[in-house]
This record gives sequence, structure tokens and C-alpha cells, in this order.
Amino acid sequence: MYKVLYNKKISSASFEIAIEAPLAIRNAMPGQFCIVMPHEDSERIPLTIYDMDPEKGIITLIYQVVGASTEELSCIQDEVFSVVGPLGHANEICANPEEFKGKRICYVAGGVGIAPVYPQVKFLKEHGFDVDVIYGSRTAEMLLIRDKIEKVAKKIRYATDDGSFGTKGFVTTILEDHIHDYDMVVAIGPIIMMKNVVALTKQYNVPTIVSMNPLMVDGSGMCGACRCEVDGKPKFACIHGPEFDGFKVDFDLALKRMSIYREEEKEKWEQRKKRMEGEANHE
Amino acid sequence: MNDEKVKGRLQSPEERIHNFNEVEFGFNDEEALREANRCLQCVNPRCMKGCPVSIEIPEFIKHIKEGDIKGAYEVISRSSSLPAVCGRVCPQEKQCEAMCIKGLKGEAISIGSLERYVADTAIQNNLNSITPAPKNGKRVAIVGSGPAGLTCAGDLAKAGYEVTIYEVLQKAGGVLIYGIPEFRLPKSIVGKEVESLKNLGVEIKCDVPIGNSLTVDELSKEYDAVFLGTGAGLPKFMGIEGEDGNQVFSANEILTRINLMGAYKEDGKTPIKKVEKAYVIGGGNVAMDAVRSLKRLGIDAHIMYRRGEEELPARRMEVEHAKDEGIVFDLLQNPKRILTDENNNVIGLEVVNMVLGEPGEDGRRSVTEDENSLHTVDCGMVVMALGTSPNHEALKHSDVKLDDRGLIVVEGTKTSLDNVYAGGDAVTGAATVILAMEAGKKAAKEIMEKLS
Repeated sequence: MYKVLYNKKISSASFEIAIEAPLAIRNAMPGQFCIVMPHEDSERIPLTIYDMDPEKGIITLIYQVVGASTEELSCIQDEVFSVVGPLGHANEICANPEEFKGKRICYVAGGVGIAPVYPQVKFLKEHGFDVDVIYGSRTAEMLLIRDKIEKVAKKIRYATDDGSFGTKGFVTTILEDHIHDYDMVVAIGPIIMMKNVVALTKQYNVPTIVSMNPLMVDGSGMCGACRCEVDGKPKFACIHGPEFDGFKVDFDLALKRMSIYREEEKEKWEQRKKRMEGEANHE
Repeated sequence: MNDEKVKGRLQSPEERIHNFNEVEFGFNDEEALREANRCLQCVNPRCMKGCPVSIEIPEFIKHIKEGDIKGAYEVISRSSSLPAVCGRVCPQEKQCEAMCIKGLKGEAISIGSLERYVADTAIQNNLNSITPAPKNGKRVAIVGSGPAGLTCAGDLAKAGYEVTIYEVLQKAGGVLIYGIPEFRLPKSIVGKEVESLKNLGVEIKCDVPIGNSLTVDELSKEYDAVFLGTGAGLPKFMGIEGEDGNQVFSANEILTRINLMGAYKEDGKTPIKKVEKAYVIGGGNVAMDAVRSLKRLGIDAHIMYRRGEEELPARRMEVEHAKDEGIVFDLLQNPKRILTDENNNVIGLEVVNMVLGEPGEDGRRSVTEDENSLHTVDCGMVVMALGTSPNHEALKHSDVKLDDRGLIVVEGTKTSLDNVYAGGDAVTGAATVILAMEAGKKAAKEIMEKLS
């Protein structure tokens, strides 16, 4: 069991949770992820690390409620059953900052994708980089941790689908205007967003790193559920990724593979809602 | 005197394909006594030579004859830390029972069933195995809580070592928990065996990905010795077209979802696909476990294997049980391509028939494709049970030497690093539970010799 310090709502659909789990962030680097289980019988939920306090052994994660399991996590107040991490590889730039010195780097985040972007931008700032961020979401209310990202980014530009904040449109609308300012892009967000970013950066030949978030079970290479096609070959996001060269990722396949359990997930969501209603009525 | 072998009682196939409860019931007191009384108590017991961990078989059977189950349990525990597991999953027909003198003219003693009986009885009555030796102040870290790690831990703890096991998953047991299904090895049994190790003073830390969190180098500095029992590794795929289809899974994934995550339960939170028809590709024990699990989910489950019945690498008993349960064996066939629809959903397999040739250097018969036999079959799921390739996650940031196949190089059980030992599938490639236990035992012995 791991102590939960807080688990708070930070937008209509997103939560921030802080957990005491010293070994899960020991030697952790930006870009790596962890897996959380709310209860003993829960699903394993992979989440990229948002923030950590190594001295106190605290890991902080941001997640969006998208189904029964994340909803279950959002109900946790005191402790979670399991936190395992760090998993996967560190972001390539953070792992070898010397190799990227002098590069003009732009981070592109979509929705909760800002959570994994933040520690990278923060790390790079601490290592003498000035990186820009383009951050988009559906609407102003869903733009998260603005105060924190603004502190570490050199310049941050916002886009919302409905125009309620920043540029009306998508992150790619902004990126296209400024693409010549950058030597490198890191895009983290929904698959469709990363696909669109890569479609653009490929045109201008700006190398792009993406962070894949496929379905996953153990997260240690044992099961292969998280297979992504990279450069025509199957790669396991858990141990070969989660970050890959965006030019080589088959996003269409990744989108299709996300839907494997759609019906089962819907069913479990309904079951959970019914159970919750039942419990509420009981009280 | 009636010398007929006591047959184990089974759940009927019609019944058991609708549940995940254990197939074999295990001996009751009367059956165990009757079977034990068949044992000749040989002065030079051949059976012991067949046991990788050298359990004093006639000795424990003698205690059963005398009605002294506690004594029998103590005898077994001297050699094995996981008797309830071994009694169930060891291939006794190739080991102890194959050597039993009674097997020459009639039927061998059911040593496995007797071992299971003793272990289960001990568990039910909370009998303690062995009081560990006083603590000697030496500390050993073990990476991986599968059969190799648990055995190594048990032997060291009994000898007074302070042992900490690191496990990446949320529960201890490794393949015993995520891999072998409930109907062959109930998870409560594994839990009890792990519990009895804890009673010996073994500490188990779950949720720790060694290599990413703590590293092997760090452990080797912090502990007097380290044992790596990291297991078999990454599931293999065939590399054929369509393998990225939505319902193409590794057997490990299917088994992990079902066993570790409880996906088969009505209220299980981890999903599993329920399709009409599925093919499991492969003929080993893992293939049998996967196909029989799918059958229990109501799926028309088939085995597809490129060699023939004789060549199936799975335990004979597992094959028989699978057949009884209505698993269809499509032998001498191999998939060439997986067919998917526009949404990437699996709709079938393109299959070629195989022809057996002469045995090759490894003793296995070669197979060639019959090019004129290409045909398609419908299905909604394909499961690959083709073995594994090494996983080096735990070895990140350390210099443990590997061979050209990626397996850990050992001398005895010692790796290229001074106080780091290894054993089990990480050294040999995918093998059996008992061989991993043998390696864990051997490593414990070498560690004790080194540290004494």
C-alpha cells in the first residue's frame, strides 16, 4: 500500500494525485512512466510521470477520467494498492542533453499530454536549454497546470478548439506558423494529435519524438500488449519506448489497436456506474 | 495385497470447461495411505536420482505410511521450498516416477500426488516446515520471485541468511502467479507457499523494476550477494503478415490477463476478448495453458502446431486433459498470414500443411511446407505461444555478461560479476518450474559456500 497525499480535481475531467512511493521514482528521468493500481483487483493503469520530489519520495501524476479504472482511481483518498516505476526509457534529449546543445526545441502538448511534457521542459531548463511549448486542448477549462508550465517554458503558446483561450484551432495551426524556428519537436498527446504534428514536421523535415500510450498490462516486456509498429517492426512501448521517432511510427495502426477492448470497456464503465449508484442509494 | 495404483479424482471435463477450479482433486487420507503403502521403500531409491532437488522420497512416503504427515512435510521441506507447487506442476512422469522401480513391471508410485497431499495437508493444518538457523548477519538480494528466486530465498533463509526478494509485479510468484492457470495451480496455494517463506524471515518487495529503479550494481554493493532469477522474457512472435491485428496476443498476455489480473471473473476489472473461435499457435505447456483457459471462457479453442502429435512438447497429461476438454488439435499445420478486416480485427488465418521429415541434429524431426495445401480458416483471435527471448530490463546499467543468444553467462551459477549469481530461464531459456528451482537451489549452495 502506498500513501496518497492528495488526489484532487484540476479540471472537469482531470485529476492530480500525489503518492509516497520512493522506489518508483528512484533513478527516474523525464519521459519514464509508472503503473498504478487503485485496489488489489484493479486494472494496471500506466501513467507518465508528471512531477516528483526525490527527497520526500513523492511521485505526482495527472490523469483524465476516461473509463471505469481511471474513475476508480479518482475516488481514492487514502492509499493505492500498487505503484511500480520508473518504467521505460528516459526522453532522449534529457538522457543526453550534451548531444542536443544548441538545438532549437519545441514541445507540443495536447490535453493531459502536458503532464509528461512539464518535467522534460523543467529538466531542460535546469540544464541550460530554453524550449518553447505549444499547448492545445478542446477548451480553456481543460488547459492544465498553466502556472507551472509557464514558469519553465521560454515561450508558451496556447490553442483551443473553440477559441476560448489562445489561438482558435489546433496545435498544428500554431506549429505551422513557427516551424522554421525549430530544429526539433517533441509531441505528446492523443495519438491523432501526434499523427497530425508528425504529418506537418515531416513536410519540413524537423525531427520529432512522440510518446506512445498504447494498451498495456505488465509494463515490463512480458506480455507484448503494447506493441507499436515502428519502422515496420513491432516494438514494445513499455521497454523499447514509450518515446519513439515520430517519423517511423504507424499511427493509424496505433489508433486501431486502441479500440481492441472498446466494447468491454464500455460494459465495465456501465457496471461501475450502476454499482456506484447502488451504493449511493444504499446510503 | 491389492497393488493397484490409486487414480487421482478429476473434475469431469463437461463440468470443468465451465470453471477455473482445479482439475485434480488431490488424494484424501485413505487414498494417500493406500498409494503410500505401494512404495517398496527401496534401499537404493532410484526415484531420488530422478528428482532435480533430491527430495528424500522413500523417507517422506514412510512417514505417510505411519500417518505422520508433519514428519513427511519436514522431510520434503528439507529439499524443497515449494512442495504444493511441485506436487502439481512437476513433470514427474519424466523424473522421479520415471525412475520408480515399480514402473518397470507395472505402474510407478504417484509420487507427485503424494507430495501434493503432504503439502496441502500441512497448509490446511498450518504446519511449520523448518525453524531457520540463527541469523548469520549476511544479506542476499534476489531479483524475481518466480520458482528460481523463491527456492534460492528459501534455502538461504533456512540457513540464517537475511533475504530480500525484489519483484516487478504486484504479487510474488512469477510464472506461478501470472502464467500457470488457476485450474492447474490455485493461486491461493502459491500464496500459502510464499507466506511460509515469509515466515522463514524472507522479505518480499513487490513493484520494484530492478534495472530502472534500483540497479543490479547497486544491489551488489548493498548486499553480500545477489541472485538473478528474472525469468524467460519477451514473448516471441512469428513475424508474419497481420500479426499486428487487434486480436493477436501472446500467450503471456492472455495468461497474465486471466491469472494475474483475474479477467475471467465476472466482476474482473481487466478485460479479455471473448470471441467465437481462437487458434493458439504452438504445442508446449504454455500453449496448453492458454488454449484451456480460452476454452473456459466459452471460446471454440484450437491448437495449431506445425509438427505432429508425437512431437508436441507439452506434458502428456496436459495434452490428454486438453483433449478431454474438447480442444481441437490442428496438427502439421502452420499459419502463413493472419487475415484482418478494415478495422484491423482478426477474421481468419491462412494456413499451410506441413510434412514431417527426418530427425535433425537436435533430435527433433524437421518439417517442410506442402506448398499446394494453402487454405484459410475463420477465427476471431490468434494467440502466439512460441516461447520467449531474453529480457534485459533488470540488467540495465550493469555489466552482467551475456552470451550471443542474450542469456546470462554463468560458471556454476556465478555470473561475470563477483557476487552476482543467476539461474532459471534467464540462464537456460524457457524451461520448467522444477529446473528453475534446481538452479535456485544450486545458487543458494554456491552463495553459502562463497560467503561462509
